Amino acid sequence: MPAEVFQMVGSHLQIPASEVYGVATFYNQFRFHPPGKHPVKICLGTACHVRGGDIILENFERKLEIKEGETTPDRDFSIERVACVGCCALAPVALLGETVHGHMAPSKVEGLILRIQVEKEKAEREKEKQQQND
Amino acid sequence: MIEKPHRRTFQSIQAEAFEKRQCFDQAPIPKIHIGMATCGIASGAIETQQAFEEALTERQVKAQIRTVGCNGHCYAEPVVIIDHPESGFPPIFYPNVSPGKARMLTKLFLEEGDPRFEHLLGATTENELIPSVMTFSRFNMEKRVITEKCGVVDPEDIYDYIAAGGYQALDQALQQRPDEIIADISASGLRGRGGAGFATGVKWQKARDAKGSVKYLICNADEGDPGAYMDRTIIESNPHQVLEGMAICAYAVGIEKALIYVRAEYPLAVKIIQKAIEQATDLGLLGDDIQGKGVRLDVEVFQGSGAFVCGEETALIQSIEGVRGMPRHRPPYPVDVGLWGQPTVINNVKTLAAVAPIVDKGAAWFRGIGTGNSSGTAVFSVVGDVVHPGLVEIPMGVTLRTLIFDICGGIPNQKDFKAVQIGGPSGGCLPDRFLDIPIDFDSLTDAGAMMGSGGMVVMAEDSCVVDVSRYFLDFTQNESCGKCTFCRVGTHHLLRILERITRGQGEPDDLPQLENLSQEIQMGSLCGLGKTAPNPVLTSLRYFKDEYRAHVQEKRCPGLTCRALTAFYIDLEKCARGCDACVGSCPTEAIFTTRTRKKGIDQERCVKCGECMVACPPDYDAVVRVSPPSLVPHIGK
Repeated sequence: MPAEVFQMVGSHLQIPASEVYGVATFYNQFRFHPPGKHPVKICLGTACHVRGGDIILENFERKLEIKEGETTPDRDFSIERVACVGCCALAPVALLGETVHGHMAPSKVEGLILRIQVEKEKAEREKEKQQQND
Repeated sequence: MIEKPHRRTFQSIQAEAFEKRQCFDQAPIPKIHIGMATCGIASGAIETQQAFEEALTERQVKAQIRTVGCNGHCYAEPVVIIDHPESGFPPIFYPNVSPGKARMLTKLFLEEGDPRFEHLLGATTENELIPSVMTFSRFNMEKRVITEKCGVVDPEDIYDYIAAGGYQALDQALQQRPDEIIADISASGLRGRGGAGFATGVKWQKARDAKGSVKYLICNADEGDPGAYMDRTIIESNPHQVLEGMAICAYAVGIEKALIYVRAEYPLAVKIIQKAIEQATDLGLLGDDIQGKGVRLDVEVFQGSGAFVCGEETALIQSIEGVRGMPRHRPPYPVDVGLWGQPTVINNVKTLAAVAPIVDKGAAWFRGIGTGNSSGTAVFSVVGDVVHPGLVEIPMGVTLRTLIFDICGGIPNQKDFKAVQIGGPSGGCLPDRFLDIPIDFDSLTDAGAMMGSGGMVVMAEDSCVVDVSRYFLDFTQNESCGKCTFCRVGTHHLLRILERITRGQGEPDDLPQLENLSQEIQMGSLCGLGKTAPNPVLTSLRYFKDEYRAHVQEKRCPGLTCRALTAFYIDLEKCARGCDACVGSCPTEAIFTTRTRKKGIDQERCVKCGECMVACPPDYDAVVRVSPPSLVPHIGK
């Protein structure tokens, strides 16, 4: 949500923009950064915390060189922490896009990111090939 | 207006459901049941299903695949039950079925009739060939009322639920007078499963007596408590039992409009409940004129936007009304002044799911389960350091020891039990001397914890209660709506003190201050969130004071968890020359090779993730974790 939205919604509903801002900051589902193409959500529920969810979060932050709540400059990845995705028996859990990855380990982080990057490169190569063929 | 098709009686719907079910059961081909709730999908149930489908077409084996919900055995996901009548074996429960296992089972069991004993957990029925899972304590010590049909019926097929006895209670309730139903619910002793334990019958009666032009029913599925997921599982696995409970409640109280408030973080639950509402409305079990009795109930789904405090009933109402979900003062209670100022009944998912079984089997039956003041069963999600985590439904009054050690298999890896955290951010940490208290509303409150929504996190000896308290405070501090000063500012200060302690910067007067501040927050807050937020701190201070002292005075973390207070090093005696296992595992390249071709850890770069400890082959077991960090010997390059 960019800043202009508050004014627009406020004038439409005839309430002050500050009130709209208040509601938007209250709920977690409103975002102020555009999410990346592959949003990474790290579960920090109780079970994930006990099993070291914060270490997984730090690892993603380090590998992607962004902090939680931010998006990489190429808009490929964004990191978010979520309260609980409800798969506590698989703790620690991370979501990459819609896929839930259970039993995460710091050493799995790099592989997951690498896989997406490799797929992206592959798609680009195929696109180029197609263009050449055309 | 389109003329509605001829309304079908419940008996005709039921007959069709039985017929469908019989058709399915008696088909001579094998049936494969796959658990397909969020936890199953996260463990790869979709891939397993695909593997079965591919293998079946490839081998030209005929079988029916049926997706069911979650049966609560999360440790065994993806769960597959194969019923292969021709093989002569009873239906068999297979745990952890990977795509590879699925292909193997298709070939060896479905095609060749060999059930592969090494991969099965047990049979689902009593028989002479394979031990039944019902002889295992994880199965037979449970008492399933609310989750009875979870993992048995297909959540996306209403006929499946009806064939299993569903909507029978609604049909029965519609023959009774509303006040008879309320009297029945009161007599059963059903108490709200959302945490507070308010008598459901009383709530309904009050709402019935309240004056208002419209009355509302809200099913509270805003399960924000981290570590608890029963409401999600129930909605994903058996949504119709909740809808049936809602319809009975609506009839008893005289409500025509109902809402289900589900977290938007549960997309599958939202999808399934929406589909269930459509199906029930199509069959005339919800909607304008339920079963031609002139009873009307419209059900809608409302998606919450992610605020923990909205699980509190007055905040939940505010959030539906479109403003910030901030709790308000009670009384007036929502049964008098609720949504849009009208009388509103707000019940938890589990409470509503318990209604149909009570109407069906009678109040006395329900009363017979559980203890005097807490009748019925309780659903817990037992997670953390236990062998068999998952959803467990037990009669009230079972002890914590039975639940953790007998049903859930105890602590893995020969570790000792340290504490159990019950009730999430509002509950408390209980040490081993409370293991023998019975689980019911009152005993848990007396011990300083609370039933809460039913999240239970078991902690082994190597976890740190100070760190867990800090974690919960971090959560409640974030989720405090900001209305009451004590909650808004107080939790912030509590968190700052706890953060200091876990970083090893605690001061001697921190502990009394923690206690004072906690009590003041409890007194100065309006809603359940603020009143219970200091509970994790207070209980852990009461029962684990030594651990706090170790953090503050010795700058040591006995559980070896607080990262600022621990350090890793590699024991050169044990480290094998030339082995590089740890080097590759380290995410920060902190491990170097010494002159003797052994390994050392650069303490400056180490982030204390513990990966090297996992990577080091068990034969060497050379990585050591110590607290305080000053115990690390100097290892030079």
